[in-house]
Amino acid sequence: MISDATPLSAPTLEGTDDDQLLRVSLGPQHPSTHGVFRMNVVLDGETVVRLKPVFGYLHRNHEKIAEGGPYLHAMPYTDRLDYICPLTNNWAYALSVEKLAGIEVPERAEYMRVILAELTRLINHTAFMGFILGDMGAWGSALMYAFREREKILDLFEDLTGARMMANFMRFGGCRYDLPEGWIGQVSRIIDDYGPFLDEMEQLLIGNEILLARAQDVGQLPPEQLVNGGVTGPMLRAAGISYDLRKVEPYGIYDRFDFRIPLGEKGDCYDRIMIRFLEMRESLKILRQAIDALPEGDFINPKAKLRNFKPPVGDAYGRIEGPKGELGFHLISDGTTDPYRFRVRAPSFVNLTLLEDMCLGLDLADVVIILGSIDIVLGEVDR
Amino acid sequence: MAIDPKLAGELKPAGIHVTSFESLINWGRSSSLWPMQFGLACCAIEMIAATMAKYDMARFGAEVFRPSPRQADLMLVAGTVTKKMAPLVVRLYNQMAEPKYVIAMGACAISGGPFKQGYNVLKGIDRYIPVDIVIPGCPPRPEALLDGLLALRKKIAGEKLIGDHRVRHADPKGTAEFPVPEYGAHDLQPAANREIWNPDPVVHEEAAD
Repeated sequence: MISDATPLSAPTLEGTDDDQLLRVSLGPQHPSTHGVFRMNVVLDGETVVRLKPVFGYLHRNHEKIAEGGPYLHAMPYTDRLDYICPLTNNWAYALSVEKLAGIEVPERAEYMRVILAELTRLINHTAFMGFILGDMGAWGSALMYAFREREKILDLFEDLTGARMMANFMRFGGCRYDLPEGWIGQVSRIIDDYGPFLDEMEQLLIGNEILLARAQDVGQLPPEQLVNGGVTGPMLRAAGISYDLRKVEPYGIYDRFDFRIPLGEKGDCYDRIMIRFLEMRESLKILRQAIDALPEGDFINPKAKLRNFKPPVGDAYGRIEGPKGELGFHLISDGTTDPYRFRVRAPSFVNLTLLEDMCLGLDLADVVIILGSIDIVLGEVDR
Repeated sequence: MAIDPKLAGELKPAGIHVTSFESLINWGRSSSLWPMQFGLACCAIEMIAATMAKYDMARFGAEVFRPSPRQADLMLVAGTVTKKMAPLVVRLYNQMAEPKYVIAMGACAISGGPFKQGYNVLKGIDRYIPVDIVIPGCPPRPEALLDGLLALRKKIAGEKLIGDHRVRHADPKGTAEFPVPEYGAHDLQPAANREIWNPDPVVHEEAAD
């Protein structure tokens, strides 16, 4: 179908008499690929014997564009990396530049960042529930519930940043604006309402026979392989490995909050779904503590320079625990106003690398669930 | 070809609605647009949001998203079209059955948007397929998408199906297929379909001495 398609050769299959192999190209326009992702799948009957991902249908030159302008110029582009959760991307980039230039962040700004990041995590995981249920055939209903809650949080973001999705809110050394009046009260209301919503969603999902049948014992990998593959985030924690940057390497002020890291047991798709429920509950805990302890003060470091900002020569790697995993920015400065090198460590891209290992030997229908459970966003995968 | 308002008024109490075939067909077409379920980038999330409970695109008869181009009437180009993706977008458009409409949603689909300077981004999908409605924004709000949809409905309601100025899909000489560009070594080949994309050249006026 596609002119640049490389012919699928399956060297491991040579020498068998089995000529019944069927090659299927899933995507880039496919309802289950979460964007423009393509998989060349070789099937033996219904069983996957080979899966080759094809990337690059959304390669938007993020890194090159960021290297062609001042440091602040890249901030709106980070919104568009993982476009479901722009504010965590903002934070990761701001954190890297702050590390590079040694900028202090005022207390109030740190709290604001935590609140925004955890709200973003809620959005991401809620939307994930809708999308993965859509992959299983419940197109619409679960997503309706998810987007109903998402809209409430987006309204808050709009009040604060002026945009629903593309916030462009964090600055080096703080945030762009202070919180508007009454905003914290609205967050508080959302936190109160979210628990019952999660209860409702869990009731709908946990015992659902279709979900159990399709997600349990699907897509497991040995934990060592996940670690070796660089997988991070809920994917890794679902396999029982306690690795969360908020605990391992507390950035910002995460060491002040009391929260736990939920862990899965088997690492199958069901665990990956459930771990996100538990993470949302922990996020609610963090949010409650953060809005209770929010101090007065500056929302941006008054000494931070926005114009003609020149960090010293050197490099820095800042990373945060994004909703999808470890999101990092590696910056190299040559002392000018523009970054010399701007590199994004995108969690969904790295998590996607083990896709074939997870899918081999399973049915084609399971591929869709496994891909959904990785929770990819193509803006970040292809950059 | 206007309908006699007097006659229409007389027949109305009897339950007879007088109209032209053209407006009846256009009314039917504009009231049940089936978009293709096809998201490219960030705008796709706002497109999904527009179909969800809060904005509820179903009110305008356009909630039946079809994953197959064969069953769709409306292509919402929602997001950045890269050079690798552009041939596929044109191919999908060609696979749609007439009458078909295109909404270019968001800055990227219109002109490349914030990524215009990138080496891999197509500077507007109107270089290859005819676009009916453009919705600016990055991304446009769901309300903007609904407004664009209403504008498209208005456009369809005013379509001429017979006569000299008939629309493309009612014209026997009109084409439903547009050439699919090749993903070449350096750029798409050709760089634009000149038959449908002929913008006025930008002329920098010399300062009069």
